[in-house]
Amino acid sequence: MIRKERSKIPVKTLLLGQGTCCISAGAEQVYTALKREIAQLGMADSVQVKRTGLCHGFCQLDPVVIIEPEGLLYSEVKVDDVPEIARSFLPGERLVERLFYHSPVTGEAIPRYRDIAFYQRQQRTVLKNCGYIDPEEIDDYLTNGGYQALRQVLLEMTPEQVIKQVKDSGLRGLGGAGFPTGRKWESCYQAAENEKYVVCNADEGDPGAFQDRSILEGDPHSVLEGMIIAGYAVGAAQGYIYVRAEYPLAVKRLRSAIVQAREEGFLGEDIFGSGFGFDIEIFPGAGAFVCGESTALVLSIEGKRGMPKPLPRPRTTEVGLWNKPTLLNNVKTFAAIRWIINKGADWFSSIGTKKSKGTAIFSLTGKTVNCGLIEVPMGITLREIIFGIGGGIPDNKKFKAVQTGGPSGGVLPESLLDTAIDFDSLTAAGSMMGSGGMVVVDEETCMVDLARYFLDFTQKESCGQCSLCRLGSLQMLEILTAITKGEGRMADIDLLIELGEGIKIGSLCGLGQSAPNPVLSTIRYFRAEYEAHILMQQCPAKRCKALISYYIVPDKCTGCTACQRQCPVNAITGDRKKIHVIDQNKCTRCGICLSVCPERFSAVESVPGRLVSGD
Amino acid sequence: MERVRDILTGYTGKRHELVPILQEIQTELGYLPEEALVMIATFTGIPESEAFAIATFYSQFRLTPTGRNRVMVCRGTACHVKGAPQILEEIENYLNIKEGETTPDLEFTLESVACIGCCALAPCIMVNNKDVHGRLTPKRVRGIFSDSKGKEQDTS
Amino acid sequence: MRKITFVINGRKIETNERNTILRASLAHGIYIPHLCDHPDLTPFGGCRLCVVEIEGRGLTISCKAPVEEGLVVQTETPVINKVRRIAAELLIVNHHAECLQCVRNTECKLQDIAAYIGIEADHLQRLRQTAGDHPIDNSNPFFIRNPNKCVLCGICVRTCEEINGVRVLDFAFRGYETKISTLMNKPINESVCESCGECVVRCPTGALIIKDYQRPDRVVTTICPYCGTGCGIQLGVRGNKVVSVRGDRDNPINKGQLCVKGRFGYHFIDHPDRLTTPLIKRNGAFVKASWDKALELVATKFKEAQDRYGPEALAGLSSARITNEENYLFQKLLRCLGTNSIDHCARL
Repeated sequence: MIRKERSKIPVKTLLLGQGTCCISAGAEQVYTALKREIAQLGMADSVQVKRTGLCHGFCQLDPVVIIEPEGLLYSEVKVDDVPEIARSFLPGERLVERLFYHSPVTGEAIPRYRDIAFYQRQQRTVLKNCGYIDPEEIDDYLTNGGYQALRQVLLEMTPEQVIKQVKDSGLRGLGGAGFPTGRKWESCYQAAENEKYVVCNADEGDPGAFQDRSILEGDPHSVLEGMIIAGYAVGAAQGYIYVRAEYPLAVKRLRSAIVQAREEGFLGEDIFGSGFGFDIEIFPGAGAFVCGESTALVLSIEGKRGMPKPLPRPRTTEVGLWNKPTLLNNVKTFAAIRWIINKGADWFSSIGTKKSKGTAIFSLTGKTVNCGLIEVPMGITLREIIFGIGGGIPDNKKFKAVQTGGPSGGVLPESLLDTAIDFDSLTAAGSMMGSGGMVVVDEETCMVDLARYFLDFTQKESCGQCSLCRLGSLQMLEILTAITKGEGRMADIDLLIELGEGIKIGSLCGLGQSAPNPVLSTIRYFRAEYEAHILMQQCPAKRCKALISYYIVPDKCTGCTACQRQCPVNAITGDRKKIHVIDQNKCTRCGICLSVCPERFSAVESVPGRLVSGD
Repeated sequence: MERVRDILTGYTGKRHELVPILQEIQTELGYLPEEALVMIATFTGIPESEAFAIATFYSQFRLTPTGRNRVMVCRGTACHVKGAPQILEEIENYLNIKEGETTPDLEFTLESVACIGCCALAPCIMVNNKDVHGRLTPKRVRGIFSDSKGKEQDTS
Repeated sequence: MRKITFVINGRKIETNERNTILRASLAHGIYIPHLCDHPDLTPFGGCRLCVVEIEGRGLTISCKAPVEEGLVVQTETPVINKVRRIAAELLIVNHHAECLQCVRNTECKLQDIAAYIGIEADHLQRLRQTAGDHPIDNSNPFFIRNPNKCVLCGICVRTCEEINGVRVLDFAFRGYETKISTLMNKPINESVCESCGECVVRCPTGALIIKDYQRPDRVVTTICPYCGTGCGIQLGVRGNKVVSVRGDRDNPINKGQLCVKGRFGYHFIDHPDRLTTPLIKRNGAFVKASWDKALELVATKFKEAQDRYGPEALAGLSSARITNEENYLFQKLLRCLGTNSIDHCARL
């Protein structure tokens, strides 16, 4: 296939990410302004301003401008900065140093993004093209090796060979459960039916995870290519992508990618003249976390309530969509396929650990200095991710725990920071890989409240058919809520464990079976915090309103009346220039006094536990 | 209900079109009125009770009219640990409605959503399914609303 | 159908292939607690109470597990007891457990389960009460829907779909909000419900109960008087009054199913307006008469009409309330009188 050549090769390329995060930070406006400004300066031929689907994952610095070939990075660029940036490309002009990323440790400017700690320890494999290519231009994907794996598969390989290669690579499902991908493909391939389907699970429902969205926004063709290859391998002619409706940009880019792939003949009849035909449709999910479960997802596409089918039942690879054998994989799994074909199974299996091959993609968020989308080899430790890539905890706060696997996972405390990450080690520690959310929490997060937060989520997202999940998550939520309100009993902790274990064993689907994990793991590692809530009536993290107090430090209060005027319940007494006092009986712990107390005084403090007036 | 009928002509009535139909009708009408559910049920050949069952299963669907602006507060984990509850409370106070409600002037509907996937910008909200506002503080919330209210009045 | 032998609690059981472990066990007198399974319906798998352990495979729910040759099944192990105790306790604290006032008292499946598992008060007291306070749907003239006693077994949903083909009810909402609902969660009499009552009969708890129900002291098996289908019914008699009607599951015609008339339309038996003798209109008012007198009058009037206008002036209107054989005889009679004008009220 001959691609059209660009008439002039630009000297410099400016990459501007246009993902959901980037756009919300103003990347669109910066792009337009930069393009205009460069044109006005007559440099349109030498300086190319290029939109990419995504930033380089360091979402927190958005909008980011990357300058290639040097690999320079400007962070938090505003429209006002654009003229200066544009002028800097004129002969003899200097780079805009103030926009470089500055090390939070030393304060020095780091011009090249490769030198930034956030990128140094990453191994971007599946995400390689994210942030480099324009997802709405298939040409860009093609010049970066796109659809070569498909070509190779269709023209040179048998389905059996493709499956063998995927099996040999050791790839495991990156949607959470970690089922060996090759075995799944084989099982679907062996199913004796003419009609089969390939379904891509892009129903990324885990709160705190956005890797699937990022890949769909940044490199949608890689997912399509993986699906077409899968279709060839298992013998399916139709694929569906089940994508959350909350991801409008991802849906839009997928749609345009599908249209372009059809125009170029990568989708449709007789692809590459191989006789193999395949097409893909998008199914926008309507919002149900449980539809991440395979049978629920299938029911949802069929237009039914997504209530998972209880075991024992046939596997989806045997009886799936419209009762036909169906291969269901996650976005990341499909996106990894082209690289396995291109670079070989050995290359892939050389990355990672003995049982978990390849890379893991995480959404690193929460209380870390650097947040964003990261890709690391399996086997890296949590410490390397959080303190290396993530840069540690901001504002001199103390690391408390890291939550992985979303509502199905658990928390891991400091003592487990040197755990090497893979599917099995995380599960053994009481958490799980899940779909790759990684939320770091510091001393200001209450672990009881965090467990309560997740149970509130599962309780709302439970499909409702199974008594253990529906009523069990509700019961656990009620108990946790009581504890955060200071109404807990000491027996509650053991009761939570007992309930949790029973619900794990007996629930109908993966949602219920993993719903107790956040509770069990917080009790396992932070039992003292539960006990403080119950016995001492204190929330050590000062999060649970009912178990904290606000207090005006007499030595610091200057009597400015700021808090007194703002207090909604008139709980603060004290005249101008006189020390103010909070009436603890009236106080509703709304925290307004703390936020309005001028910083130079900082007289209002929150303390764990309930003070009695007169203390 | 003319508009519903128009939308239905774009479909064949197959069962798996149900969710897309509901989505399109909701986009058009802002919610799913009872008559529309009945029409969809007849069109796709499912019982009326099932149309309701499906519309209430998926959190995207609404059975009551929404305001002109739909505010979705992300309650993802990253947002939660970075103060989403306070953001929600602030918006509730500002608009004087609770989560899931609509202001009496039908200007705003306030909802929470499992995660909008902008965790690195936590805490964040999404307005009208397209504008994401990130790194919010209770103070910045008021700014967003006074801006959009101002805009509304300008254009009207 | 092939026979399959498997072992449950050390006992060998022979059963048909395609049977489930639960149903095969129950048929052999081995009780496994269960709520959402019903012999007339497809298995559901939601209540999680019927867990058993299959050797080499671990825990599974017996209502979904097909029997297989040589399976070794346990119904009593510590893990099973733990899971089903939790499931049962969660259901009980989510239930308006006012058993003494409940129509279903002693006939309630949840009671059976509680009794079998042995629910202890101090165990229950550790849990928080989660029962809601939902309005009771009194709109149907024959039965009451009380969501506060609903265990979401889905038997009513499946009954309506699989037995009656109407599907008035479905699961609606999600999570803890999940409820059995009509379109827009309206009262049931505003839905397309035909009031056949099949769901009421199958409801395992007091969530669907017959209005003004009186428990009978004896049962009389007979045939439904309404139409020619001839459904078998079991009249519940209390003293000398019919107080309930149940479908006769042993009857080959209806296998226990009934329509609204057969199930709920028995009040005519003792209704004060019911005619117990023929009436003859005299001077504009109906007056009681004997059968002889009445038949004599009909015969006379028939003869008069025949003589004056010819035999085709006669017409006969029959009833669906009599048997097909009686209807046959009726049309025979009319044709002997010389008319083909015969109709029937078959308007069920």
